[in-house]
Amino acid sequence: MAQSPTVLIRPNSSIYLGLRELWQYREVLFSLVQRDIKIRYKQTLIGVLWVVIQPLFMVAVFTLFLGRLAKIPSGDLPYPVFALSGFILWNYFASALGASANSLIEYKAIISKVYFPRLILPLAPILVGGVDFLINLALLVAFAAIYGIPIKLTFLLTPVFFLITAFTVLSVGLWLAGLNAMYRDVRYVLPFFIQLWMFASPVVYPSSLIPENWRWAYALNPMTLVLEGFRWCIAGRGEMPIIPWLSLLMLAVIFIGGLFFFRKIERTLADWI
Amino acid sequence: MSSKVVVRAERLGKRYTLRQKEPYLAARDYLAKLITQPWKVFRQKRREAFWALKDVSFEINEGEAIGIIGKNGAGKSTLLKILSRITEPTEGYAELHGRVGSLLEVGTGFHPELTGRENIYFAGVILGMSRQEVRKKFDEIVEFAGVEQFLDTPLKYYSSGMAMRLAFSVAAHLEPEILVVDEVLAVGDIEFQKKCLNKMENVSQKSGRTVLFVSHQMGQIRRLCNRAIWLEEGQVRMIGPTLEVVAAYEKSNMENPEHQNYKRTRQKAFFREWKLRSPSPYLLSTFDPVEVVFVLEVNQMLHHVHHGILLTTMDSQILWGSYTNIRTLSPGLYEISYAFRMLPLPTGMFVWRVTLFDTNGLVDSWEAFPYMQVQLPNYQHSHDQWSGIMNLPHEKEIKALTPAL
Repeated sequence: MAQSPTVLIRPNSSIYLGLRELWQYREVLFSLVQRDIKIRYKQTLIGVLWVVIQPLFMVAVFTLFLGRLAKIPSGDLPYPVFALSGFILWNYFASALGASANSLIEYKAIISKVYFPRLILPLAPILVGGVDFLINLALLVAFAAIYGIPIKLTFLLTPVFFLITAFTVLSVGLWLAGLNAMYRDVRYVLPFFIQLWMFASPVVYPSSLIPENWRWAYALNPMTLVLEGFRWCIAGRGEMPIIPWLSLLMLAVIFIGGLFFFRKIERTLADWI
Repeated sequence: MSSKVVVRAERLGKRYTLRQKEPYLAARDYLAKLITQPWKVFRQKRREAFWALKDVSFEINEGEAIGIIGKNGAGKSTLLKILSRITEPTEGYAELHGRVGSLLEVGTGFHPELTGRENIYFAGVILGMSRQEVRKKFDEIVEFAGVEQFLDTPLKYYSSGMAMRLAFSVAAHLEPEILVVDEVLAVGDIEFQKKCLNKMENVSQKSGRTVLFVSHQMGQIRRLCNRAIWLEEGQVRMIGPTLEVVAAYEKSNMENPEHQNYKRTRQKAFFREWKLRSPSPYLLSTFDPVEVVFVLEVNQMLHHVHHGILLTTMDSQILWGSYTNIRTLSPGLYEISYAFRMLPLPTGMFVWRVTLFDTNGLVDSWEAFPYMQVQLPNYQHSHDQWSGIMNLPHEKEIKALTPAL
């Protein structure tokens, strides 16, 4: 008992974000992440292999229909590598966002029995998904090598684009998790929402297909920036895509708003979830 | 015991608004309404507010064990939820000096697919231990629960008793400076419950930690707590030394027998009092013949009277029962007495329940208060499990029937 922390419990505590407290509870976060990873592939036959099989299967399907039949262009990369690089980043985004949005409901029982900063719940899936992403990144490197694309120095910049993706998940996830706890409708809308977002992002087609005069609107989507950037890291050719500061600014607004919204509902969450 | 205040609550209040519909809104309901009553969809729902807790103030010193008692819905759980920070108060504030651990449910954070070992770690951390603390106490936790052989088996293959013991065990090894416990000891087998009570006793008395404990079992409260807070309809009705508060609470339950299914009217006739005909009227301390006396007040003529009596344990297990038919009772005072050769009961509290019926049905039903306390020499097995419900005095003798070889 080195120090005994004093806790003051009162209504509507001032608008502080409690990031320091989050740090104090980091072990809860890590335990939650560890637990989720363990639970995920329990009682499956091939376990972790699913992480790799899913994107490969998607690549096969899209290469056949879009790459071969529809002859969608894929810029500097062969279509399968193009699609795989899109899928692994997008799968991370979609699954982390889905899990983040459902996190409060999923951990409802714990929320009403134990205290910890609730922010940990939407945060955990973002880290959990990171593990799958790393495995898939290795797959992508191997895949690229098969297609004769060597790893370039630009590959070192992939973490930047991964982090922006994670940050996007967190920003949107904070809103969705809170809204989902209030209105379960969110849960049903979510799959469509994510699906639509995928077609609004250059996952299976390049952004060059978008008409020139609509590019600016297209670039407002932070996932456009991320996917383009990520592919640039893999191909290591051409110019680095221009970072649309506007979309990053938008992201910052969503994040800060989400954080305040989340902190506000967190206080009485246990009463009505 | 130092007198440093570790918990201070000032005018704590919690208001809940009851929505008329489900706690959350589903799109289906919106759509249905959109068609049938479109003008009502976006109108604010009428809400009712009620105060689960109001103006609750108290101070708790370091090392105290505080019992929180009261009927269901009196605000006990709400108070614990506020103190353990699960929800915020609407009014007032509370100050807690020290690390708070709360145990509002057994098995929080357990997952059926994870092994015993994995569950111990996760539950330990989520309840407020650091991973290092869990590692240090791991063997102790496992031994306490008695699940050594099943450590690497998924929890779903555990018997419910085993899972419960494991969950308790993790919880029992929490060592925060302030421990908040809801009625979790009410489950589990009796032997294990005792083990947990002992452990908790250690926590509060030996290591000087502060414990807040909610229970409906007054025996547990008496045993564990030095002070008690009695909540009624969200407010503090009484606060003070455990024995006083518990006695007052029990007395009020007798006078105001809402907890009994039957509300005493005391019109036609009722039982006024009871006692043992011995120097101490509510304490049984001898195996000698004993007489139990009930005083009945009859206010109007009763016909075809039927009188019943039960002797039960505190948890309502019936030990003995009998009944008598009486033709008529005219107004006046009566004494009904039962003379027993002996009442061979184990140490503890017991309850006499007496009833009176007439042609029109139940006239009075009384859980005789104060309860009967029994303190007799013990002739039972030393393990509770084998001791049974009767305490039969006997002589033991072992003698050889054949000459020694």
